[in-house]
Amino acid sequence: MDLKDLYRDVIVDHNRHPRNFGKLDPADAHADGVNPLCGDKLTIYVNLDDGRISDAKFEGSGCAISVASASLLTEAIKGKSRAQVQELFDEVHAVLTQHDANVDVARLGKLAALGGVREFPARVKCASLCWHTLNAALDRATAPVTTE
Amino acid sequence: MSAASVPRPRGVDFDVARIRRDFPILDQQINGKPLVFLDSAASSQRPLSVIEAIDHYYEHDHANVHRGVYTLSQRATDAYEGARETIRGFINARSTREIIYVRGTTEAINLVAQSYARPRLKPGDEILISALEHHANIVPWQLVCEQTGAQLKVIPISQTGEVDFAAFERLIGPRTRLLALAHVSNALGTIVPVERFIARAKEHKVPVLLDGAQAVPHSVVDVQALDCDFYCFSGHKMLGPTGIGVLYGRESLLEAMPPWQGGGDMILTVTFEKTTYNQLPWKFEAGTPAIADAIGLGAAIRYLQGIGMERIAAYEHELLEYATARLACIPGLRIIGTSPHKAAVVSFTMAGIHPHDIGTILDTEGVAVRTGHHCAMPVMDFFEVPATARASLSFYNTFEEIDRLVAALEHARKLLG
Repeated sequence: MDLKDLYRDVIVDHNRHPRNFGKLDPADAHADGVNPLCGDKLTIYVNLDDGRISDAKFEGSGCAISVASASLLTEAIKGKSRAQVQELFDEVHAVLTQHDANVDVARLGKLAALGGVREFPARVKCASLCWHTLNAALDRATAPVTTE
Repeated sequence: MSAASVPRPRGVDFDVARIRRDFPILDQQINGKPLVFLDSAASSQRPLSVIEAIDHYYEHDHANVHRGVYTLSQRATDAYEGARETIRGFINARSTREIIYVRGTTEAINLVAQSYARPRLKPGDEILISALEHHANIVPWQLVCEQTGAQLKVIPISQTGEVDFAAFERLIGPRTRLLALAHVSNALGTIVPVERFIARAKEHKVPVLLDGAQAVPHSVVDVQALDCDFYCFSGHKMLGPTGIGVLYGRESLLEAMPPWQGGGDMILTVTFEKTTYNQLPWKFEAGTPAIADAIGLGAAIRYLQGIGMERIAAYEHELLEYATARLACIPGLRIIGTSPHKAAVVSFTMAGIHPHDIGTILDTEGVAVRTGHHCAMPVMDFFEVPATARASLSFYNTFEEIDRLVAALEHARKLLG
């Protein structure tokens, strides 16, 4: 286990300077996510235009992995359709959990920086919380999401 | 004061190297570094004598207890009941009738909530707890309040993490039916001056339950001197096995309480019309109990007694003072829980670094600490932190291990701070 692999420069940067941090008001959809084990809490806001995500923001508090992951997410999903978001989530999930994941890292862009998380199984939930929360927002769910 | 100027205590006449040889689990590498185990408040480690007592029981003496007339069953019963006597002596209860085996502190509190409180509570009655409590001393009372219409009242805590005695005096009154207090806070380490609270509760004729899960492993506990009515603790936090714990109850109260669970072993006679219950303590021990675990707990107590609880408390206090002084020198580190009277627990946050990241980084250095809310979410809310990192020390820890913790925290600060 190499810490440098978990806390890659991109992760440290997005933790210190989260992108798209704040509230979208009004937002077409939003959802809350909590990880009761470690106390991570975040809210994801999205605006939609013709079925595509035109804007996304998040706010909340959490560990470096969860904050960086949410920050990277908001950058990655802009302009994407629901189907494309699902595709991206599937690839991120594979990168987070599978050692032999056959993922096109080039397609993932900066999200590939989350690849070090799979060596730290206890931290996978930190990275995936924002994605589950985004799904809930897109489903227009109002109930808080939990990773448990 | 700079970190380097904190003098390392010499250890009060305490051969920790020898003690560590009794704990085989401590002698291993984690991520290429020697293990530094600083999470004993969550669950302690076990000495060989406990592991061997359990092995010996299964290899030579196992049969069901209180059942057969044959030799093995008698041996198992003797060992199981012998452990009860060991526990009685350890906490100075009057009688083994007052020592109920349960799965742990959580089950002990639930037993009292359901068997003592529930039949007595009426709408408008009040249960008093403090804002320091572990979830195990909150939720069982919330459940019984929902069941009965009683109300849960909470004594506030101060910024140092101490239970507010003046507020307690205002809250206790003619409607109070029970006071349930942590003896030592698991999240902050605060030693609650329970004697004062008990004395005042007695004036109001309010019975007192103490959650002693964090007190029994680290100090002398005498239930008669405390004059409490219920005292609850867990085996696995005091070198014993998981799945075994103790409810001490004042005999007159236990006698008046109905059984909690029904089944074998808790009865004298059963017909379809009427069942008569067994005597104390077996009235509360339905079904085949955790025999090996009770025997293991007895062995754990004998190990603790072999060292002496006073010596353990004195050495752990030195560890606490050293750890507190060293951690206080780390820039951006905030210690949560600063009561002058503490058990060897240091809960803290670091500026700009989430406790979860601290936990991961420390683990790569071989250092095991707990991170999270410590099953005390209201305590976290009070201090307005999502979570803390917590180093909890035991007498098998060393001053060098505290140095390792400090070095690992400095590493975390360089990486993420």
